[in-house]
Formats: sequence, C-alpha cells, structure tokens
Amino acid sequence: MSNEVPSISVRDLVKRFGDFVAVDRISFEARPGEVIGFLGPNGAGKSTAIRMLCGLLRPTEGQALVAGIDVAREPEQVRQRIGYMSQKFSLYNDLRVIENIQFFAALYRIPASQLRERVSWVLEMAGLTGRESALTGTLPTGWKQRLALGCAVLHRPSILFLDEPTSGVDPVSRRQFWELIHQMAAEGVTVLVSTHYMDEAEYCHRLILMFHGRIVASGSPLELKQREMSGDVVLVECDDLGLALDLLQKNPSVKDAAVFGNALHLMVSEVAADLAPLRTYLSTGGVLVTKIEPISPTLEDVFVSLTANQGQSGKE
Amino acid sequence: MRWHRLKAIVRKEVIQIRRDLRSLLLIVAMPLLLMLAFGYGVSFDIKHIPVFVYDREGSQQSQDLLKHFQASEYFNVVESVASYSALVQALDAGWCRVAIVIPSDFSEQLKTGGPVGVQALLDATDNNTANVSIGYSEAVIQTYNRKVQLEWLQRHGQSTRQPAVSVDARTWFNENLESTANIVPGVIAIVMAVIGSFLTSLTIAREWERGTMEQLMSTPVTPLEVMVGKLVPYFVIGLFDTALCAGIGIWWFHVPFRGQWSVFVFSSILFLMVVLSLGYFISVVTKSQLAASQTALIATFLPAFLLSGFIYPIDQMPAVIQLITRFIPARYFMTISRDVFLKGTPIALLRDELLALGLFAAVLTLLATRAFHKKLS
Repeated sequence: MSNEVPSISVRDLVKRFGDFVAVDRISFEARPGEVIGFLGPNGAGKSTAIRMLCGLLRPTEGQALVAGIDVAREPEQVRQRIGYMSQKFSLYNDLRVIENIQFFAALYRIPASQLRERVSWVLEMAGLTGRESALTGTLPTGWKQRLALGCAVLHRPSILFLDEPTSGVDPVSRRQFWELIHQMAAEGVTVLVSTHYMDEAEYCHRLILMFHGRIVASGSPLELKQREMSGDVVLVECDDLGLALDLLQKNPSVKDAAVFGNALHLMVSEVAADLAPLRTYLSTGGVLVTKIEPISPTLEDVFVSLTANQGQSGKE
Repeated sequence: MRWHRLKAIVRKEVIQIRRDLRSLLLIVAMPLLLMLAFGYGVSFDIKHIPVFVYDREGSQQSQDLLKHFQASEYFNVVESVASYSALVQALDAGWCRVAIVIPSDFSEQLKTGGPVGVQALLDATDNNTANVSIGYSEAVIQTYNRKVQLEWLQRHGQSTRQPAVSVDARTWFNENLESTANIVPGVIAIVMAVIGSFLTSLTIAREWERGTMEQLMSTPVTPLEVMVGKLVPYFVIGLFDTALCAGIGIWWFHVPFRGQWSVFVFSSILFLMVVLSLGYFISVVTKSQLAASQTALIATFLPAFLLSGFIYPIDQMPAVIQLITRFIPARYFMTISRDVFLKGTPIALLRDELLALGLFAAVLTLLATRAFHKKLS
C-alpha cells in the first residue's frame, strides 16, 4: 500500500479571493479506492478546494496532483481522468435523459463499442430505465442527482469529486446514492465527497474537517471520535432544556453544553467524577432530570467540540 | 479542436433551440414583424399633406391657383373656410398641416403685374414635413407663375419661349423615390444585429445561470469548442433570417436587387461574424441572461438603428457623431446592403466597407475567444 501512487496529493494549497482566504494551506493525500469526506460548515472552503482539484479554479499557492498530474499546469489532462458533480444540479433540464447521457458521452469520447453498455449502465444505476425520453427537468431531485452522478462517471474516471451531492435529496435516495459511491470505491475509484450531513460522514473511510479554510482534523470517523474529544460526553434528558442549559453553562466542571434533539449533550473532563454532582446541581436549580448517562460521542459532538476550540483560538 | 466534441455541442444547442419557444418565435416572428413594420409603417414619403384654404377673394384666378394645389399629389385641399380664425383653429386642432390665405386683391394685383403675396401658414411641430411642404408649395406656385406669364406674353403678342434653364431630374437607383427601397435593405442589417447578438448573448449566460457551465468546464471540452459549437447554429439561423428578409424585400415589397448575390452573401457572413462574436463576448462577460440581453440590445440594436445611416443620413450628422459611426459595424453593412440592392455596386467599390467589416469580425472573434477561460472566478 505504501508504494502506491496517491490518487490525490495536495501540498500547502492556498486560495485567496482578494483579502479573503478561502482555503488556507491545506495538505492531504488520498489512496485509490478511498472515500474521503470533506466536512465543514458553509464557507469552510470545501467547494473551493474541490474546484481547485478539478482545475476549475487556479490555486494561489501550493500544489495539487490529481492522478499524478499537476492540476494547475495541465488541467485538460486531469479532466479526462476525473468526474465532477457540482453543488448545483448541472445537467440540462431541457434535454431528455438519454440526450444528456449522449452529450456527456460524446464530450468524453466514449468509444462506440462501449457506448451502449455505458448508457444502459447509467440508466440502470439511476433507476431511469424506461424513462430515457423523459425531460430531465421533470425528474424528482433524487433521480436527477443519480443521473448527474451517472453522467459524471460515464467515462470511468479513476477519481470522483462530489460537492454536496445529496443536498435536498430525501433520505432513501441519499442511502441509494451512498451505496453507489461505495460500489465505485470498491472498484478502485477514489471518491472525495463534501457534505454537511453528519450521518453521511459515518459512511466515509476518512474524514477531513474544514473550518475557516483550514483542516482542523482528519482521520477515520472512529479515530476522530476517540482522539479529538478532550473529555467525555454525557447525555441529559430533563423537563426544561432551556433552564438546564443555562445552569450547565455556568457550571465550571462542564466544558461545553449543547442541545441535541430533545436532550442535552455535555462535555466533561471525567464521567465518573462529574455525574452525581451534576444531577444534584440540576435538581437544586429546579430541573427534573429523567436521564443522565455517559454516551459515546457522535461525529457531531466531535465537530462542535473542534469548531468551538477553533472559534476561541481565532478570537485570541 | 476535436470534431466529436464540437459536434456534441452543436447537437445539444440545436436541441435546446428547438425546444425553446421564445427562441423559435424570435427567429421567425421578429424578421417578419420588423420587415412589415418598417416596410409599411415607416414611410418617409410625404404625400397628401392636408391643406385648409381661406380664399378672401373667391375669384376665378384665385380658384385656379387652388386647383393647382389640389392637382398636386403632395397636397390634399381638405376644406375652404371663410375666416382667418377658422384657419387658425384648423391648424391648432391638427386638421391640416398647411393653411393658405389668398389676399382679397389677388386678381387685381395679378393684372397690374405686381408681385402677389400668398400666405402659407405651416404646422412646424414636425419640422421635416414643414420643410418639405414649403418646397412643394413653392413648386406649385412656380408652375402657376409660369402659366400666368405665358398667358400674359401671348396676350401681348410676344413669342412664347421656354424658361432659360430648367432642371431635368433623373432619379437613379430608386427611380420612383420610394422609401421602402431605401428601408428594406436597412432592415436586414437591423434584423441580423438583433438576432445575431441578442440570441447568442443568452446562450452562454444561460449556462452560467443554470450551473451547467461548471459541469461543462469539468469535462475535457475546450473553450474554442464551446464557442464554435454554440455559434454554428446561430450562424445558420442568422443566414436563414437574412435570406427571409431579402426574400420579403424582393418579392413582397418589390425592392430591386441589382448587385451580385455573392457580394451580398459574403458581406452578410462577415457581419454575422461580427454580431455573433459580440453577443458571445457580452454573454461571457456578464454571465447573466438579463444583463447580457440588455447589453446586447444596447450595443447592437440601438447603434444599428440610429448611427448606421438607417434612418438618419450619416453625412448630415455633426462631425463628432460621424466619427463615432465609424466604430459601428452596422454602418458598413448598411452601406453594402443598400448599394448591392439598389445600385448593384461591384465588389471593388465596396472594398473599404468590406475591409472594415472584416477587421471588426477578426477583432471581435479574437476578443470572444480570449474572454472565455475555463476558470471560475
């Protein structure tokens, strides 16, 4: 594995728009067959980074090798080897399904001998067999996204860039979409996908957390949960979330508290020492606690914790 | 440039145009509409000017003079009134453009041979019509004068003799002095400017707006392939519309076509290249359909309409404006189109205009190819 050429190799990549630093000196590598998740809030620099890797934006500084080729120098060489799906749905709505597929097939010059097989593969994958002549604009969002993915991988690229491919897609379609991603990864395609759905992040082999243009953490979902949490997570269920939150934020043993659905997640330095005193503290404050127990952190906990740290260091 | 990618873009563009009702309407209806509107509606021929008269004498001589007005196709004596105030009212109300007052001693004065003043009051809100009316009035009076003189000479036994000098006017190129003959070749230039730049200005901007441009840019397609692929269908449409307009002009409005078709087609191709590249350049720069289409109209339609000599003759413009018209490509095509239609001018005499168009075409095409980089900003 170590002597494999990395599919993507990014070294100190920077993108500035005037004074604004959109991507701030990021470095990472990706191996063939790896599914890498770009995580971060809007404006973290995920899309900008992906666009640089596709040769759509010129890096201000640094180097990006995609399939071993310098993107800034030879973007055209890179483009035949990659597939890209942008945030916005970007097939032609006024073209029929089959016409969209044929258009991209022609741009990538799929050989005639393979064309029929590739087209039916895309149709099947997108669940659009029998609806070839439907106008693309009339399809539901989930189907459109699968068709877009199909068009992006028609030419069997070895690297796939997906920029928030599932935004606005229903959960069932999202699941199907991720199954497709894993199928392709199993065939050796490197997939770099950005998302802000934390549940999707769990599907990735490796995560890269971005915040304010910088990579704040990276690793497998499990590694991140174990390594990046500077304490333990406690779940609190009670009758008055607002009051409890106010109280807990004043308590010195609680590092952080946030609402998660109908419960609170607290971060404490040590569960064993803090649990009993906390229950008493809340009761005396007038909160009826129905449940208080240690839990394993979710990726969202990790993310909240990391970005909170970053936010503070940013202020200093 | 790869043939298979170029073909793919052309094919896609043709499908999109075919499915877009707005484009189709514009392609077919606009040339028809403009041709008919200008062919019928805009006429610079001034004829049948309404005239009111106040004949204070009512003699045979004064009536004779008025008959001369009535006989002219330029005037139409609507009514004879009995007071000066009625005449003023008619002018105020716009019932007539010209009011003529014949003095009460008209025949008396004529007999004594003294000069007689006939008053003409003109509604000069439209200065052009007023100017032309004065000229026509003078011409009518002139004819009448000659007749009076002739009669006087004959009565006094003098040999009659034609006036020493007379103008023998032959109108060349547009023998019947019809403004449609002048307008129709000009409308072709207007239609090409609008179709060529307006439609193409939408095509790239639409891809930016809908996000499809980003997808396109992530493929191996090159900017030149995108440009050529997108412009080819519009080029064909532009040629079709040019032929449509020329056909209507020749067979419907009976405008003569005296030149060579090859010259007309060649210059049309050059002018199409100019407007297509301009439309493409605008749409690459603006990246929004609304901004692109409006800029395209302002950059092509207005100058083609106002500064090309279509309506206002360039040699009558102030020097500064004349200088500006040199940078309006439509000006050159307008000249070529009119000359080829009406004069049958050979290519050698249109060399300067063709060179200018060629220069514009080369510069704008280069500009358009340069403007579109496959980079987002």
